[in-house]
Amino acid sequence: MKFVCGCDVGSLTTKAVIMEDGRIRASAIIKSKPVPADSASAVLEEVLKPAELGLEKISCTVGTGYGREKIPFADKAVSEIQCHARAARWALTGARTVIDIGGQDAKVILMDSDGSILQFVTNDKCAAGTGRFLEVMAKVLGVSLSDLGAMSRRARSPVVLASTCTVWAQADVIQYIHSGKDQADIGGGINSAMAKRVATLAGSVKPVPEICLTGGVAKNQGVAMVLERLMGMRVTPFRKADPQLAGAIGAALLAREAISGSRQAGI
Amino acid sequence: MFYGGCDVGSRTAKAVIIEEDKIASSAVLDTGSSPEAVAENVMDAALNEAGIRMEDLSRIVGTGYGRRRIPFAHAMESEISCHGLAAWWSNPSARAVIDIGGQDAKAIRLSPDGSVVRYMYNDKCASGTGRFLEIMAEALGLPLSALEETGDKAFDRCVLSSQCVIFAETEVISLLNAGRSLPDVVAGLHFALAGRVAALARGIGVEAPVVMTGGVAKNKGVFKALSETLGLELVPMSGVDPQLAGALGAALKAREYAN
Repeated sequence: MKFVCGCDVGSLTTKAVIMEDGRIRASAIIKSKPVPADSASAVLEEVLKPAELGLEKISCTVGTGYGREKIPFADKAVSEIQCHARAARWALTGARTVIDIGGQDAKVILMDSDGSILQFVTNDKCAAGTGRFLEVMAKVLGVSLSDLGAMSRRARSPVVLASTCTVWAQADVIQYIHSGKDQADIGGGINSAMAKRVATLAGSVKPVPEICLTGGVAKNQGVAMVLERLMGMRVTPFRKADPQLAGAIGAALLAREAISGSRQAGI
Repeated sequence: MFYGGCDVGSRTAKAVIIEEDKIASSAVLDTGSSPEAVAENVMDAALNEAGIRMEDLSRIVGTGYGRRRIPFAHAMESEISCHGLAAWWSNPSARAVIDIGGQDAKAIRLSPDGSVVRYMYNDKCASGTGRFLEIMAEALGLPLSALEETGDKAFDRCVLSSQCVIFAETEVISLLNAGRSLPDVVAGLHFALAGRVAALARGIGVEAPVVMTGGVAKNKGVFKALSETLGLELVPMSGVDPQLAGALGAALKAREYAN
């Protein structure tokens, strides 16, 4: 019985999971603090409590995320790309492409049939195509992020946002609200605009099925639905755990492989 | 002979009346929701100031993003040619124009006779337009007009890592939370905007002297930042408020048509 820990220190949230034999024993998500080391220590405390474990019981910890080099208790730091790829294979055995949409960036990772990374692209320059776009729009529309996600299914004729830029698109949405457009049609249009932007990013690495969608935006059914249509391929949202935990899960899986010295398929 | 130019922009509408080669009057109003109404009102204000009536104008040219909705205009002209012409009129040695408007930015190369050689503009991304400063001023709780003075007090200006307006909005707050002074942050914003616009200008290979037009040109912080970033001599418009450049160019076009 060996416990391993994955800790993902992101710019907005910090996540940790404890795994045992490829299964999640405990997990925690906290808001990131100004100092990455503080975020890491705080999330560790959060995750150890429910697992009723002490740090001494953890055989190996892998850190990831932008603060990965600053995690005091980590044995190793691994890039988010590696971790997301690993987590996607855990959730979807045949995954060849990972689309990870976080709060302020988006990544598309292409893997070979063994799960080795072939290529990846990221967007962290422009808010359009990241979770932030949906946050801004949900606020304008006055709905929660989960309500927004459900709107695509109800939309009869989703609106078209003329602008890509989040700032200009916000003005488009306000205009639609003022003109009395159906809320679901506006929400559906927002999800479509988001999906379109991500599909363009994904197109640049020539994605191969199976496609696994990770990151917080994987909870938005509307984006997943439209993305599937635009890419003409099945897009499977990460469902085995909270998709926001994907980076930390990948880190924990890599921690386990680090101590066993091997890589086992399907865990 | 009087000629009129009317520039209905995204934020403000401007009217300029020229009599032969000098500016007889001008007016600026907030655009509001009806381009037609604001065009009428701003032109009326300029006419009143000049003490003339609409019929006294030999010709009126409209420009700006609302140019198709100016009921009294005899013709329309692109903002590019209007800004180019106005810059050349104010500084005949000008070889380039940089215009930062409320929701776009343009870089224009001029030939010695003031005609447009090449241009490039950005209206796709809000960063690199006047909207960037508006949103940042709001995020910082400052009126837009206070940015220049605030930035002028900077000792050690911040370098922003975000290019996107949305990301910069949170970055400025974290900079303040991390103890950076408001002036240092504002000066950083001026340089961030300048960096975006300079990239546009470099794309068409602008040469000095460069005239800066548009409302943002009144902010000396941005003006200086742009000059420093480009490494080129930037000159302000002489004899006219840079915000009026589009309307002035339209009035000059009206005169050109009439002759």
